[in-house]
Amino acid sequence: MRRLNFAMPLLLFAGLAVLLYSGLGKDTRTVPSPLVGKMAPAFDLPDLLDPTQRVSGQSLRGRVYLLNVWGSWCVACVQEHPILMRLAASGRLPIIGLNWKDEPEAAVALLRRNGDPYSAIAADREGRTAIDFGVYGAPESFLVDAQGRILYKHIGPLDWASVERQLFTRIEGSTP
Amino acid sequence: MIPELGQFSLILALLVALVLGVLPMIGAQRGRERWIALARPAAYVQCGLVALSFALLAHAFLVQDFSVAYVAEHSNSVLPVRYRFSAVWGAHEGSLLLWALILSVWTALVARFSRSLPDTFVARVLSVLGLVSVGFLSLTLVTSNPFLRHLPGLADGNDLNPLLQDFGMIVHPPMLYMGFVGFAVAFAFAVAALIEGRVDTRWVRWSRPWTLVAWSFLTLGIALGSWWAYYELGWGGWWFWDPVENASFMPWLIGTALIHSQAVTEKRGQLLRWTLLLAIIAFSLSLLGTFLVRSGVLTSVHAFASDPTRGAFILAFLGCVTGGALALYTWRAPRFSVDTGFEPVSRESLLLLNNVFLVAACAMVLLGTLYPLVAEAMGWGKVSVGPPYFGLLFPILTAPLFLLVPFGPLARWRQDQAMRIAAPFKIAFIAALVVAAAAFALARGLPLRAVLGIVLGVWVIAGTLTYVRRFRADPQRRARGLSRESIGMLIAHAGLGVFVIGVMLVESTSIEKDLRMARGESVEVRGLRFTFENIEPLDGPNYRADHGVFVVRSGERIVATLHPQKRAYRNRQVMTEAAIDPGFTRDLYVALGEPLDGGKAWAVRIYHKPFIRWIWLGALFMMAGGLFAAADKRLRERRAQALTDAGADALGAAA
Amino acid sequence: MIRRALSMLLYAALIVSAGVAVAIDPLPFANPAEELRFQQLVRELRCLVCQNQNLADSDAELAKDLRAEVFELMRSGKDDAQIKQFLTDRYGDFVLYKPPVKPGTWLLWFGPLLMLAIGIFLARGQLRTREPSASTDDRDGEFS
Repeated sequence: MRRLNFAMPLLLFAGLAVLLYSGLGKDTRTVPSPLVGKMAPAFDLPDLLDPTQRVSGQSLRGRVYLLNVWGSWCVACVQEHPILMRLAASGRLPIIGLNWKDEPEAAVALLRRNGDPYSAIAADREGRTAIDFGVYGAPESFLVDAQGRILYKHIGPLDWASVERQLFTRIEGSTP
Repeated sequence: MIPELGQFSLILALLVALVLGVLPMIGAQRGRERWIALARPAAYVQCGLVALSFALLAHAFLVQDFSVAYVAEHSNSVLPVRYRFSAVWGAHEGSLLLWALILSVWTALVARFSRSLPDTFVARVLSVLGLVSVGFLSLTLVTSNPFLRHLPGLADGNDLNPLLQDFGMIVHPPMLYMGFVGFAVAFAFAVAALIEGRVDTRWVRWSRPWTLVAWSFLTLGIALGSWWAYYELGWGGWWFWDPVENASFMPWLIGTALIHSQAVTEKRGQLLRWTLLLAIIAFSLSLLGTFLVRSGVLTSVHAFASDPTRGAFILAFLGCVTGGALALYTWRAPRFSVDTGFEPVSRESLLLLNNVFLVAACAMVLLGTLYPLVAEAMGWGKVSVGPPYFGLLFPILTAPLFLLVPFGPLARWRQDQAMRIAAPFKIAFIAALVVAAAAFALARGLPLRAVLGIVLGVWVIAGTLTYVRRFRADPQRRARGLSRESIGMLIAHAGLGVFVIGVMLVESTSIEKDLRMARGESVEVRGLRFTFENIEPLDGPNYRADHGVFVVRSGERIVATLHPQKRAYRNRQVMTEAAIDPGFTRDLYVALGEPLDGGKAWAVRIYHKPFIRWIWLGALFMMAGGLFAAADKRLRERRAQALTDAGADALGAAA
Repeated sequence: MIRRALSMLLYAALIVSAGVAVAIDPLPFANPAEELRFQQLVRELRCLVCQNQNLADSDAELAKDLRAEVFELMRSGKDDAQIKQFLTDRYGDFVLYKPPVKPGTWLLWFGPLLMLAIGIFLARGQLRTREPSASTDDRDGEFS
């Protein structure tokens, strides 16, 4: 029994080592969103391509869509772009862009150069809507269902495997 | 060719370390004289080889050999010479080599300055140090080789991170490592003692100066880091409880506990097993720090590298070293029969209390630092633990320490009475209250934290002076004079008082203002007028700067002229160089932000920080105290030592 | 997975290396008390894109936006708890440097005092004397 007293430091250390091992390789930068499962925040922003028009959460009700946060200044967004084009071409999921803290001319020029996968693009020049969505980096994408509920948030550039595994699977389950 | 030589030298060093780690240990077990005798020479050879390797890497930096990948990544052709040298340890690979160098130097010093210890014991100590070296050298060679080539050679290098192009950054890591690595000596001592199965208090006496010096260096290293962050980073902070900062602070807390517990063990033969355990923990925390900084397991501004492979290697290393030592402790510590020879009120118990609070504080810091990992592993979500947590709990856990510090030195060993101990301190207590009240009146009102800080700080300082007063009142003692150990203790404890005054005052009464200022505008901060007189472009060796001129006046008198800069370096990093007017009772601090309104005005930050220098002054006192104590004549080496000291008998049953 | 992590790191690196330019934001405070409250609040909040910095010290674009947001919320009369709630609704508890006290953090908040209690208990265990040991040297007075 006394032996146990002497063994305590070793046992505590063993626990510590296991804890540290569990932390290896984990991505410490991703912050899980508390909004998943909740109603998407309301927003009403000018359309990037035609500022006289508005893009709002309300107007998007009735179908599932992917809200993609991007900017012309964002390096990783360029990486993600081909996936978005492919997703748009598939026609399975409309993509709504949220142009975050960007210069409209630069954003439009980028789309002209690389192609436009978006059904509509909301221009969030101030960044208020992005904050409401808990955005902290670009690119980020939110899968929103027909009632306006956030089903899933993808942090970082999309890859096709995630599109299939995370997005398409969830679309099936929700009413179109 | 030369870098390859450096790598080769390192490989040889590893082989020698292997020999050092194995043969003398077996020799000591089996009584093989020849193998025991290998220990010291092997230590010297290892040191020479690692030093050569380090020198060759430094050479590569100095001649700007950009065919070496590490040099190319962290240096370039316009980097000033002194930073070329410090760039050697500016990043992961080189800093590991520095670790290995300092370890081999300490090992060699132990080999040289251990004549008073029996050869078998020294052989064991050196072997343990050799094994630790094996770990570091293989870690460096296998995962973090600084000598790898980048072929074809690059024309020019990247550049050293501008943050590191600074005096503070030159000195801070080596001082820190001197401390971390120095604890390896106490660690090796503990392991050797556990293997041996018995310990002579004279051996414990031998180990004390080593621990004291290591602790002093660590104190200096941490203070340098804090001071550097303050003047370099531009946001006026001096401690952020960042995981890497905590990783250096935890060994310091345990180290402080260790130097006190070693004193008890050496003088009274008490708390032996506890001292050995603390020594193991102190060095283990140093290694843990190495792991945290380089594995990517925790998010930190300081992180050297975020590499899970290196992390796994270091974790395995940590597992072997700490796991092995603790397993040895579990197995062998019960052999040391101890008999508790002190009463609940005694100097021993006060020092034991000191240890309890320090270890609890360290455990709290460890808990808070690792909690994000715990929460994630247990599925409790992602949490952040930062200054609000640490800043609340640390004072709570250490306040009792500050209160008790003055009593310890005057308490009798083994048995004393509380009233007798407390009696001489009435004056000190009153002094603390009076000074705080006076400060309150002078400042026309102070926050509670400031008042508490002054009370505690003056209490500690006055309590320390009480010791001197009592000492001088006793004619016998006065004739003999204060030992260096006692002087060291007094200086260090006084430093603690100075430190706490600085911390509490600056944290509760500093003023920070972010302002939009145009040329010619003035602003008033705490009775001083800051005028933004001018701003113009300026060119440096590897940067372009906007050079501002601020004049600070008190009435008509000019108090200071400050020159904050905004620098754009060649690698496009932009940095702010804050301008500081240091003072004994306050710092004035001005930093430039962005130009506003197309350059018509600038965003400016102005700080008034009372007593911030006392923080580092207190730390310097503590460091000085440690070094003084280490220099005590009693702790010096003696070849033949007469058994005149009380308690100089062997502790623990023979194996 | 690794690519994603790398690109996030790259993005973060761009943010960080774009400046240890200080996060100096002159805001139109009504009075020193308001300024002090803002400074304290913003020190307790985490910059999400940074490698462990609070909102006060970070010069990341998002940090600037969040500081502006906090300022607006202060101006519109929200108290500290409401402002923190606003942020945790969007970013989770991660954004607070002072984690809330809830079952998932009981260990964090109550652990240290518990450890201290255990420590004191164990230390008291050390004090149980057997016979007083032989080293009752009178010579060991106050000053040895």
